[in-house]
Amino acid sequence: MRAGDLKPRVADVWEWLDAVPDPEIPVISVVDLGIVRDVAWDGDELVVTVTPTYSGCPATSVIAMEIETALRDRGIDRLRIATRIAPPWTTDWLSDKGRDKLAAYGIAPPSPAGGPEACPHCGAKTVTRVSQFGSTPCKAHWRCDSCLEPFDYFKCI
Amino acid sequence: MSALFEFLCRQGDSTLILGQRLGEWCGHAPALEEDIALANVALDLIGQTQMWLGLATEVEGAVRDADDLAMRRDVWDFRNLLLVEQPNGDFGQTTMRQWLFDQFHVLQLERLCDSADDRVAAIAAKAVKEVRYHLERSSGTVIALGDGTEESHGRMQAALDRLWPYAGEMFESDAIDAELAEAGIAPEPADLRAPWDVAVDATLAEATLTRPESDFTQTGGRSGKRHSEHLGHLLAQMQWLPRAYPDARW
Repeated sequence: MRAGDLKPRVADVWEWLDAVPDPEIPVISVVDLGIVRDVAWDGDELVVTVTPTYSGCPATSVIAMEIETALRDRGIDRLRIATRIAPPWTTDWLSDKGRDKLAAYGIAPPSPAGGPEACPHCGAKTVTRVSQFGSTPCKAHWRCDSCLEPFDYFKCI
Repeated sequence: MSALFEFLCRQGDSTLILGQRLGEWCGHAPALEEDIALANVALDLIGQTQMWLGLATEVEGAVRDADDLAMRRDVWDFRNLLLVEQPNGDFGQTTMRQWLFDQFHVLQLERLCDSADDRVAAIAAKAVKEVRYHLERSSGTVIALGDGTEESHGRMQAALDRLWPYAGEMFESDAIDAELAEAGIAPEPADLRAPWDVAVDATLAEATLTRPESDFTQTGGRSGKRHSEHLGHLLAQMQWLPRAYPDARW
């Protein structure tokens, strides 16, 4: 914070963070992804607490940088990004808005059943797993048996 | 050197060395999907390494960081299991090594989730979700290849016979393990043997593979007393850049 400025409200900061896209899946925000765990003022310093999705996810450091850039653009100079690993990230923390956006983008959202509910392209229920892993640590590779298109499935963990 | 530091190095060194081994497959696996899967598992393991070795340096007093531990120690200071430093061999041997370790890793991490040390418990809770997924894939692949063609069955049995002498080290307990078990920080590795045996036997039966009769065990990795000749070659590959250009940054 610059001297003399009013501290932005925490609710406003959450709104700004909801405009920061995930670097790998830019259709959803870091808030949609459920990795921003806390936003709080510690005196004059804003502390944003982030949790990693997968422990080796290369996007983690990019995400921290993008959060920092976005908040500095809003005039927040004293900023700290803290990492918290417990409780571990779960796909239950994906927002409903985020799930809808994933599906619209062509990525099947996570489902507790252990596989996609339907093909994100044509909506058919008959789908086959091609590989347990996919283009990023958080996704697996599936194929629709009806329209035959391959698609990403957001792994449920 | 505290017992906790030693334990954390054992954890982080095994995940680091296995992660590096799997990384060797990048661009070489028999199918694109397998290539991606191996790299993804490697990534998880290296992420876990950052947490284990990061905590090790914190416990030590922050005189060096996790990268120093990974890149500036030599063979005799590594505490990884002998199993994970064994060469990749063919895809079957890589899969067999992975499954033998994953089955142990899940059981160990499940116990570590209840560690008396909150920092250890937090890392375990994070890692176990990833490692359950690794086990799902590696056990499924062992079954598919073991109960596959004559060729794949033969290769998987050969891989099992070759790697079996390295499995026993996962369950060895020494003074460090006793101290950690006493403090409630980590389970005695020997206690994990019985549930591992049950799970391994069930998968081997499904894979139509025969468990080797001998329980002779190679030892010396996690104690650091005697690594196999393969670790030095792996480290030379992994460490040459930071050693040739110390303090180089992206």
